[in-house]
Amino acid sequence: MVEKIKREWFSNIRADILAGTVVALALIPEAIAFSIIAGVDPMVGLYASFCIVVIIAFVGGRPGMISAATGAMALVMAPLVREHGLDYLLVATVLTGIIQLLFGIFKVSRFMKFIPRAVMIGFVNALAILIFMAQVPHFIGISNMTYLFVAITLAIVYILPRFFKAIPAPLIAIVVLTSVALYANIDLRSVGDLGAITRSLPEFFIPNVPLTFETLAIVFPFSLALAIVGLLESLLTASIVDDMTDTESDKNREARGQGIANIVTGFFGGMAGCAMIGQSVINVKSGGRGRLSTLTAGALLMFLIIVLGNLVVQIPMPVLVGIMIMVSIGTFDWSSFTYLRKAPKADAIVMLVTVGIVVATNDLSKGVFAGVILSAIFFVAKISKLKVKEHHDNKHLIFKVDGQLFFASTEDFIASFDFSVENEDIIIDFSNARIWDDSAVGAVDKVVMKYREKNNRVTIKDLDTSSQKLLNELAVYNKG
Amino acid sequence: MYKTILLAVDGSENSLRATDEAVKIASLIPDCQIVVVFVADFSKSKNEILHAQGKEELEYARRKKMLPVEEKINSKNINYQLKILRGNPGPTIIEHADQEKADMVVIGSRGLNTLQEMVLGSVSHEVMKNANCPVLIVK
Repeated sequence: MVEKIKREWFSNIRADILAGTVVALALIPEAIAFSIIAGVDPMVGLYASFCIVVIIAFVGGRPGMISAATGAMALVMAPLVREHGLDYLLVATVLTGIIQLLFGIFKVSRFMKFIPRAVMIGFVNALAILIFMAQVPHFIGISNMTYLFVAITLAIVYILPRFFKAIPAPLIAIVVLTSVALYANIDLRSVGDLGAITRSLPEFFIPNVPLTFETLAIVFPFSLALAIVGLLESLLTASIVDDMTDTESDKNREARGQGIANIVTGFFGGMAGCAMIGQSVINVKSGGRGRLSTLTAGALLMFLIIVLGNLVVQIPMPVLVGIMIMVSIGTFDWSSFTYLRKAPKADAIVMLVTVGIVVATNDLSKGVFAGVILSAIFFVAKISKLKVKEHHDNKHLIFKVDGQLFFASTEDFIASFDFSVENEDIIIDFSNARIWDDSAVGAVDKVVMKYREKNNRVTIKDLDTSSQKLLNELAVYNKG
Repeated sequence: MYKTILLAVDGSENSLRATDEAVKIASLIPDCQIVVVFVADFSKSKNEILHAQGKEELEYARRKKMLPVEEKINSKNINYQLKILRGNPGPTIIEHADQEKADMVVIGSRGLNTLQEMVLGSVSHEVMKNANCPVLIVK
């Protein structure tokens, strides 16, 4: 136990502190921008990021992973904030945490493997598209100066890292361009135009909503969607960090940790969050491996919020838009275009449907549901394809069955026999087939009976053990 | 003579050509060892996880990339070990070459032009500039 704590916290002190610092700096622009996507004061996102990062450092299941306010969660909660306001969001955040905690306790993460990769690819692509679309109202058709600032921001975030890597480029873009805009007195929309910023430490309070069934009815669908989207992104991120660091992580502990983090965050006036792919990659690339890197990021973030509080309201919107465009380009899976050409048609369709439904409904969880259901249907359709080949040898009429015999394939199975024959020795060869359920046994029964009616002798051969067992227990033809 | 040759591969055509050259050199020297290094690139990790159904499939895909390299080395009965490392390819290869006290690094080059090299970055170029031993770049 002590050994484990030592390893997870103190095995990599120097690199962890450095990486945590980089992450804190990189988190600020995103936390502010995601708050704006959610439609809340930037402080809500910054508080949330601080709370979540610090709590996850202690209770998360994947050391070195960074969790905070994220775009995926912001997009899901935006309609709730628009219609019901911040207090309902805080309740939803607490409830999201409770749901995630339960998911963790009941080990729901093992069901993650039922989500096909086509759905996950669709998920990240849809996320990227939504983040981009959320920026459009903030820069299209406002002023030429707006376009110019977006362009300069993009130039800074893409070109600068080639020469200078110590400080994250988005933060440099914010500091430099905010100063330029202030000194040159350039007329641009700023963060302050969208919400007021209070500069203080987060404090505990109970959200001001009536605790009724009606509140629950409003909040629950959002919480469920948030819980699922949050876990999906968190577990995907955990797998990425697992792979990058060649280590294992405890996915159920991570789910419980995400839950605890969101419960606490909700009570401290923050919005729900989850693990961030981009920031976690930055952390690992900068050398962060242990829990200390996550804690450093959180502690420094709080310090920066207090120091930079005044500056945050002055940040011109076009700069944040530029940074979010970078985030969406980074989130999008550009190899999807090759995937569409090379992957099986059914997978490609599942991916497109997932993206399409998310973009149409603005709800990531609906897209995931649709994708999972559609791919399940495709899977059943594929696996239920069953072939029966007929041939004669000198004495027997042989039917060779190829495929899985279960409720979805019984109809095809029966239809592929020719029942006009009489007085034959018939062999049904099951060496390439398997019987799965009682409807399959019923189908075999029916075929055998029908042949017997016309004076044929039927032998069933080469069943595997479990199919044979099912047939012995349930079939009628062999009991007469 | 060369006792340890570090061969950096990524499963591509040019890394197979590099393998041929490493094998030629190694087969001339008695008890020469080839250390084959495959670096799983940090910046590709997200993409690879997303496109793989689970960890086992990804690991299998990586092992499969090393297979033709292994065959080439095996056919000449040369002593070798395989290593899958993680990180930023250039620095990781150099670091590992130091660690193994490699006498030479053999690496393939994609043959990028100046512009591509600026945008994509050349691993072989980076290794050549920063390695602490002779580097053979195979075109």
